[in-house]
Amino acid sequence: MAIETTQVSEFEYRGGSLATRQPMSRRSDWLSPHAGWAVVGAVVGYLIGHWLGNVIASGYAHVQGSGQNDVATVLGLSFGVAGFMGGIGALTYPLAKMLGREPAFELPQRSWMRYFRMTGDHKVVGLQYTVGVLLFLFTGGLLAMGVRTELLSPTNHVFGPGTYIALVGEHGTIMMMMASSAVVGPIGNWLVPLMIGTRRMAYPRVEAFSFWIFIAGYMVIFTALFFGGFPTGWTGYAPLQTQASGGMDSYLVGFAVIGIGMICAGFNLAVTIINFRAPGMTWGRVPIFVWSILATCALLTLATPTLVVAGLFGVLDRTAETAFFVNEHGGSNFLWENLFWFFGHPEVYIMALPGFGIVMEIMPVFTRKPLFAYKVAAAGMIGVALLSFFVWQHHLFQSGINPDMRPLFMLTTELISIPTGFLFLVALGTLWKAKIRFDTPMLFCLGMLFNFLIGGITGVFLSDVPVDVTVHGSFFVMAHFHYTIMGGLIFALFAGLYYWIPKMTGKTMNKRLSKWHFWTFFIFFNCTFFPLFLVGLLGQPRRVFEYAPNLQTLNDISSISAYFLGASFFFFIINFIWSIYLIPHEAPVNPWGSLGLEWQTPTPVPWFNFEHIPVVLTDPYHYGEPGAPPVADLGRVLVAADGAPIRGGENGEESPEEGREFDPQPPIL
Amino acid sequence: MSDPATAGSTTPAAELPTGSQPEVHHWWRLIAIWVILSAILDPLFYFLAGPHIPPGRMTTTAGGAQFDFNVLLVIALPVMLGVWIFMIYAVVMWRASRGGPEPQGGPAARGNLAVQAGWILTTTVIVLFLAGFGTYELVQPGGAGGGQGSSPIWTPTSKTVLPVQVIGQQWKFTYRYPTFGGFETTQLVIPNDATIAFHVTSLDVVHDFWAYQLGVKADADPSYDNVAYTTTSQLGSFTVRCDELCGIWHGAMYNTGEVVTPAQFESWATATESRLAANTKLLPSFSYTYVPDANGADGGYYPDNVDPYSKVETYGATPTKSGGSGG
Repeated sequence: MAIETTQVSEFEYRGGSLATRQPMSRRSDWLSPHAGWAVVGAVVGYLIGHWLGNVIASGYAHVQGSGQNDVATVLGLSFGVAGFMGGIGALTYPLAKMLGREPAFELPQRSWMRYFRMTGDHKVVGLQYTVGVLLFLFTGGLLAMGVRTELLSPTNHVFGPGTYIALVGEHGTIMMMMASSAVVGPIGNWLVPLMIGTRRMAYPRVEAFSFWIFIAGYMVIFTALFFGGFPTGWTGYAPLQTQASGGMDSYLVGFAVIGIGMICAGFNLAVTIINFRAPGMTWGRVPIFVWSILATCALLTLATPTLVVAGLFGVLDRTAETAFFVNEHGGSNFLWENLFWFFGHPEVYIMALPGFGIVMEIMPVFTRKPLFAYKVAAAGMIGVALLSFFVWQHHLFQSGINPDMRPLFMLTTELISIPTGFLFLVALGTLWKAKIRFDTPMLFCLGMLFNFLIGGITGVFLSDVPVDVTVHGSFFVMAHFHYTIMGGLIFALFAGLYYWIPKMTGKTMNKRLSKWHFWTFFIFFNCTFFPLFLVGLLGQPRRVFEYAPNLQTLNDISSISAYFLGASFFFFIINFIWSIYLIPHEAPVNPWGSLGLEWQTPTPVPWFNFEHIPVVLTDPYHYGEPGAPPVADLGRVLVAADGAPIRGGENGEESPEEGREFDPQPPIL
Repeated sequence: MSDPATAGSTTPAAELPTGSQPEVHHWWRLIAIWVILSAILDPLFYFLAGPHIPPGRMTTTAGGAQFDFNVLLVIALPVMLGVWIFMIYAVVMWRASRGGPEPQGGPAARGNLAVQAGWILTTTVIVLFLAGFGTYELVQPGGAGGGQGSSPIWTPTSKTVLPVQVIGQQWKFTYRYPTFGGFETTQLVIPNDATIAFHVTSLDVVHDFWAYQLGVKADADPSYDNVAYTTTSQLGSFTVRCDELCGIWHGAMYNTGEVVTPAQFESWATATESRLAANTKLLPSFSYTYVPDANGADGGYYPDNVDPYSKVETYGATPTKSGGSGG
C-alpha cells in the first residue's frame, strides 16, 4: 500500500501524559508480532488443540463410531484462533498490564509492514479491512461460479451432490460474514473518526482485535472445505447440523469467532460515535453515514451475541453430547431456528443499513443539493434497527411453530418497509431539480436504488403468508436477498470505495475502467438474478442440484450472466492495481467538491487526523447555498463551557473551561 | 413506496425558484406519465399474466396464493413505476451538463413537510392495508396451505377432512393414509373436491413438504406433527419437492402426486390397502409422530414409549392426538 503517513513530528502532544511515558523497549521488526507470527501461532495452536482433543475424547464411543473426533476439531480450531491472535500481538497489552508493566505506545509507522500488524491507527485498520473484505467477496464469488456451473444443466452434473452442497454452504457463509463487515469494517473504521472529528477510536485495540479475529474467523470457515464441507447451507439448521460431519465444526466455531469480531467492531464504533464527536457535532449535524453506522453498530452489538451462543450450543451438542437441538432427547430444532433468525434478521439490516448510509451520504455531493429530509433519514435508520428485532419469525412461517403469531410477524415485517421506504423519499427528494453529476460513485448509487427497489418490493411479497407458501425457500427468496445484499449493499460499497479511495489512498481511480466496471456489474447483476425470481416462482427450491428440465433456459441465462458478473470485478481489480500501485495519479485533495469534514483534512491524512480538534459549525450538506458557513473550523479554536467557540487564544493554551474533554493521545498499542 | 401522486397533490406550488426561465410543471408531467403507464400496465398484467401466475388454481390455497400475488403486484407495479419514472426523469432532465438552473439549497431543499407527511401517510396506509389483506387471506381459507403445527388454529369449514400423513426422511417422502388402515406408500394420490389435512412429520432432520401446484408448504420436523390444509378443485398431477435443505441428496428429494376423482381415489385406496396389508402389519402402527427410540439411534424408528428390544411389548403406541377424523 503506497500510503505515507507524514508530519508526525510536527504534532505537539498536549496533555502531558505522553511526554512522561517512555516506550517499552522494542524488539526488531521481524521479531515483534506480525501476521507471519500469527500464522505460526495458528498452526501451533491447532496442533496443540487437536492433540488435546484426542487425549480428552478418544474414548468416546460416539466419536470412534463416527470416524471423527469433533472434540479434537473444535479444540484445534479454537486453539488455532487463540494462537493466531497471540501471534498478531492481541494479547501483548493485557499480558503486559497483568505483569504490571506499562505497555509501549505505538509509534507512527511508515513501512508497509504496518498493514500486517495489529495497529491502533484506524486508517490502517480501515485499509486492512478493505483488502480483507474484498478477499472474502472474491472467494465467495468464486464459489458462486461453482454453484452456477453445476446449475447449467438440470441432470448432468459437474460436481457430486456432496461437493455441490459444500460449495453452496461455503458460499453462503463466507458471503454473509463478509457482508456483515463489508461497510462497517473498511469504510466505517476508516471514515467515522474523520467524519465526527476525532483523532482516534474509543478502543483502538478492540478495533484492531476485531479485524484480526475477522481474518481468523474467515480462515476457520474456510477450513470447512478441508473437513468435507457442511451440508446445511449458511442457516445451519439442526438436527442436520448435529448429524453433519467435521466441516460443521468449522462452521460453528467460525461463526462464533466472527461473531466476537462483529460485537467488538460494533461496540467500539458505537462508543466512538457517541462519545468522541468534536465540539459542535450535535446529533443534528452528524453526517447521515454516521447515523447509519450507529444504527448498524447497535444491531451488531445486540444481535450477534445470540449467534455466538447458538454456535456454542451447537458445538456442545456435537462434542459434549448435550441436546439443545436434539428433539428426541428433549431439545428442539425450533430452538436453533429461533436463535439463528433472532440474530439472522437483524443481520440482514446490518448489511442493508450502511448501504443506505453511503448512498444518502454521496447523493448530495453529486446532485449539488442538500440531503432531503435529514431527520426522516435518521429516524428511518433507527426505525429499521428497532423493528428488525421483531420480524425474525417470518423466516418460519411454514415451520409449524406459533401459527397465531403469523399475522403479527406479517404486520411487523410489512411495517419495516415504511422506514425502509424513507431511503427512497430521501433519495428522490435529493434528486428533485438537482444538477446531477454522473461520476462513478453516483452511478453506483443510482444502481443501488434501482436494485434495492426490486429487492425491497419482493420482500413485501415474501412477507405475505399466502404468497410465502409458494415462494418460501425457493429461488425467489434467493433472488430477493441477492437483490438487497448484492444489489444494495455491494453496489453501495463500491459507490463508497470509488468515492473515498482518493481520500484513503491519495490516488485517483481510472474513470473509464470505473465506468466499465459499473455498467458490466449492473447489467450482468440484473441478468443473473432477475431470471431467478421466475425460476423460484416456477417451483425450483433453493440449494438443489437437480431441477425441472423446463427451467433450464432461465437457469442458463443466469449462469452465463454470472460468469460475466464475476468477470466484471476484474475491471475493479485491474483498476485498483493499475491506478494505486502501477501508474499512480495523485488525487486532488477534494476531487468531488464535497463539504464533508473528512475531505477538509490534508491528503494523505496525517497520523493524528486533525492538528487541532475541529469545531463543527454546521452540517455538511450546504450545497447550493452560497454564503453558507464552512462545515468546521479546523484552526485552533477554544471552546467555552457552553460549547461556543472562542477564537484566538493568545498564548496557545486551551482554557480549562473547555466544554469537552478530548483525548489528545495518539492510538497506543 | 413512491407515490408521486400523493406527494404531488400535497405540494401544489413547489419551491420553484422564480428565475427568468419559464416554469416547468415537473409534478404534473410526472403524474401524467405515471398515471398513464400504471393504467396501461396494471390491467395488462392482471388480465394477461395474472391467470398464469404460479402456483395455478388446482386447490383453494393455490388459488389464494395466486390471487394474493396478483393483488400485491397490482399494488407494487405503480409503486415501482413511480420510483423508476422519477429516477429516469431526474436523470434525463436534471443532468449537470444541460446547463439548467442551479440547484437550490436552503431550507426548501432540505425538506418539505407536506411531501414527507404525504409519503409516510401513503406508505403507512398501503402497508396496513397489505397486512390486513394478508391476514384475511391467511385466516379465511384455513391457514392458506401453510404448516400450522400440531394444533392448527385456522381450520377449513368443510365437515369431512381426509387426513394424509407425509413422512419426510433422508431422502424421500412417504405417505400414510390412517383412514385406510394406515398403509404407507410412496405414491401421493388425493381425491378431487375434498379437503385434505396433510400431517407432515420427519424421521430425521428438518425437511419441507412442498406440494407446488397444491399451494401447500409445511416443514417436516422430527417428533412434530405439522398440519396444513387445502381443498382440491382440479384433476391433474402435481410436483412434490423437499424445500428445506436436508443433506446431500436434498436436490433429488422429489416425486409427483395425483389429484383423481373421488371414485378413483376410493378404489385406489382400498386396492392399495389390501395389496399392502402384509407390509402394513410390519410397520409401526399409525402415529402422528415417530420418535426414534434412544436404543434405536442407529436407524430404527419406533413409536415413543416402546422398548424395541422387548420380547413382550409390541409396537402399539396410540396416536398422540385425535385430530383430523373422517375420510
